[in-house]
Amino acid sequence: MNILEPTIFDLSQEGRQGAALPDLDVPEKPLEELLPEESLRRDLPHLPEVSEPEVVRHFIHLSSFNHHIDKGFYPLGSCTMKYNPKVNEVSARLPGFARVHPLAPAKTVQGALRLMHELGDLLCRISGLDEVTLQPAAGAQGELAGLMMIRAYHDKRGHRRSKVLIPDSAHGTNPASVTLAGYRSVQVASNDRGLVDIDDLRRAADEEVAALMLTNPNTLGLFESDIEEIERIVHGVGAQLYMDGANLNALLGIARPGDMGFDVVHFNLHKTFSTPHGGGGPGAGPVGVKAHIGPFLPVPVILRDGEEYRLDYDRPDSIGKIQSFYGNFGVMVRAYTYIRMMGARGLRAVSENAIINANYLKRKLEGTYDLPYPQHCQHEFVLSGRRQKEQGVKTLDIAKRLLDFGVHAPTIYFPLIVPEALMIEPTETESKESLDAFIDAMLTIAREVSTDPERVRTAPHTTPVRRLDEAGAGRKLDVRQRADRGV
Amino acid sequence: MIPDGLKYTKTHEWVRVDGTEVTCGITDHAQSELGDVVFVELPEKGRVIKREEAFGTIESVKAVSDLYAPVGGTVSDTNRLLGETPETINKDPYGDGWLVKISISGQGELEHLMSAEEYGKLIGEG
Repeated sequence: MNILEPTIFDLSQEGRQGAALPDLDVPEKPLEELLPEESLRRDLPHLPEVSEPEVVRHFIHLSSFNHHIDKGFYPLGSCTMKYNPKVNEVSARLPGFARVHPLAPAKTVQGALRLMHELGDLLCRISGLDEVTLQPAAGAQGELAGLMMIRAYHDKRGHRRSKVLIPDSAHGTNPASVTLAGYRSVQVASNDRGLVDIDDLRRAADEEVAALMLTNPNTLGLFESDIEEIERIVHGVGAQLYMDGANLNALLGIARPGDMGFDVVHFNLHKTFSTPHGGGGPGAGPVGVKAHIGPFLPVPVILRDGEEYRLDYDRPDSIGKIQSFYGNFGVMVRAYTYIRMMGARGLRAVSENAIINANYLKRKLEGTYDLPYPQHCQHEFVLSGRRQKEQGVKTLDIAKRLLDFGVHAPTIYFPLIVPEALMIEPTETESKESLDAFIDAMLTIAREVSTDPERVRTAPHTTPVRRLDEAGAGRKLDVRQRADRGV
Repeated sequence: MIPDGLKYTKTHEWVRVDGTEVTCGITDHAQSELGDVVFVELPEKGRVIKREEAFGTIESVKAVSDLYAPVGGTVSDTNRLLGETPETINKDPYGDGWLVKISISGQGELEHLMSAEEYGKLIGEG
C-alpha cells in the first residue's frame, strides 16, 4: 500500500512535546497519594509525542487530500453543499454557548434555551408549520421521528395503518425509515414529466395508508406542481402528508410546505441552513409539525413562560426522547446565526439564486448531455450520460474525470429512474465564474469522450489517489490500524 | 453477450432448464449496469417462491436492487461461493456466478420467459 501521509503515531518521537503546561500553583504530590491503587494504570497510554508544527502540518496535509467546500466547487446533487459562513463558527464558539453543560439548571442557561426556542419559531415561519423538535441529529433520524409521530397520531385515533407511499424518485432513506417505523413502503410511479403519477397515487391510496412521503422539489429538481391534488388524495383517505425537506433550499421565502398541506416536514440544517456536512460530524434534522401532530413531539419541548424559557416534559402522548439531551446544540447555534444574518429577504435571495444557478448550468449543458426532463428546474437538475455511454464511457468515468478539474463530482446513478444519472446542484454561493469553469470542464470531458476516451476511462490522473477499490471497501471494511502490527 | 440456450426475463435474470430443475442468475447486461457487486442475499434452501416474487437482493457500489424469481417453485440450492466472492457475478454471470437452483412446480412456469433473441431486442443488443 502506498502511504501518502504517515499516521500521527508514526510521527511520534519519544520525549517530544507539543504543549507547555503552566507551572503548578499547588504543592506537587505523588499520584499514589492522591488516588487508590486500583485507579492507577500500570502502563502509560499509547499517545503520539509530537510538536505543535508537526501536528499542524499533519492535519493541513491530510485536509489537502480531501475535497471540501472551502477548496472548490461541490455540486453534489441533493446534498446542498453551500459555503458555510465563518461567522457561524464565531457564534458557536462564544463561551456562553460552547461551554454550557447539558445538565445545567434551566435558569442558568436561559440564553441557550432562548436560542433554541427562537430557532424553532424561525423554522415554523419559514415552513408554515406550528411546532418544531430540534432533537434529531440527522435528516434520516428526522424522518424516523416524523413517522413515529404519524404512527402515534393514527394509533391515538384508533386506526392502526400499515403502509406508507413513496414515489420512485425518493431518497433511499425514505423506505428505510418507513421500515424502521414498522410500516411497509409502497412505491408510487413517476409520470413522463418526472412528477408523481396522480392516477397511480389514486390507485395506491386507501385506508391502510398512514402517509405519503414526498420530496418537493423532488430529486429531479422539479416542483411537484400537482401538490394540491396530491394533498386532496392523501388527506381524502385520512393519511398524513410528510415532506422530506432535503430540497428546501429551493423554497425559502417563496413557498411554504405548511401552505401546501404538509403535516410533517424535516429540515436538514446542514443543507439549507449552512451548517457543516458529514465527515461523521454532527448534523441536525429538526422536524416541524402542524398543531394536530404537536402532542406527539419528542420531549422535552422548549416552552416560553413570559420572559422565562423552560423544558417541558409534560406531554403524555409524546413519542419520547429520540436523542441524548436536546440534539446537536452547536449546530443549532450555527443555523440560527445563518438565518438571522440572512433575514427574510436574504433567505428568499438564497433560493432565487440557487434556482438561477441550476437553470444556467442546465441550459449550458443540455446540448452536450442528455436532459431527460427539459422543463425549468428548481435548485438542481439531472442529466443522463446515455450518449457518452454509447461511446464507451460511463457516467462513473465522467465523475472521476471531473476530479482532475478540481471539482467534486455530482451525485451519480441517482435518482434511479434516470439511467446514467448525473445530479447537479450548484447552490447559491457560486459565482458566475465558478459556474462557467464547471461548464468548461463538462464540455471538455464530453469532447474527450469522442477524441480520447481512454483519458476519461482511466481518470482521475491528478488526485493523491487514483481509483479506489470501492467494492473491496464495501465487502471488507477495515479502518483499524494496530500500533503493534503496522499497517 | 446473450447465450442462445438460456431463457430470460425482462428484469434481467437468466434461466437454464434441466428437466424440472432450473438454474438462475443475472445477465451480463445486468451485472454491467450494476457495476461491482458487493453483497448478495439469497433465499434459504427449501423456500417456496412465486414467479416474479422478490426473493433476494443484490448490492453493488451503485445501488441495492431486488432479485426477482424468474419461475415459481422450491429453492433447491443456492450458490454459496457468492458469500465470499460476490464479484464472481461480474466475472462469470452465466457460469460460476449463478444464484439459485429452483425445482419448478410445472412446465407452465417456463411459458413466460423470453428467448435470447427477444431479450436482445429488449436491451437493444439484438
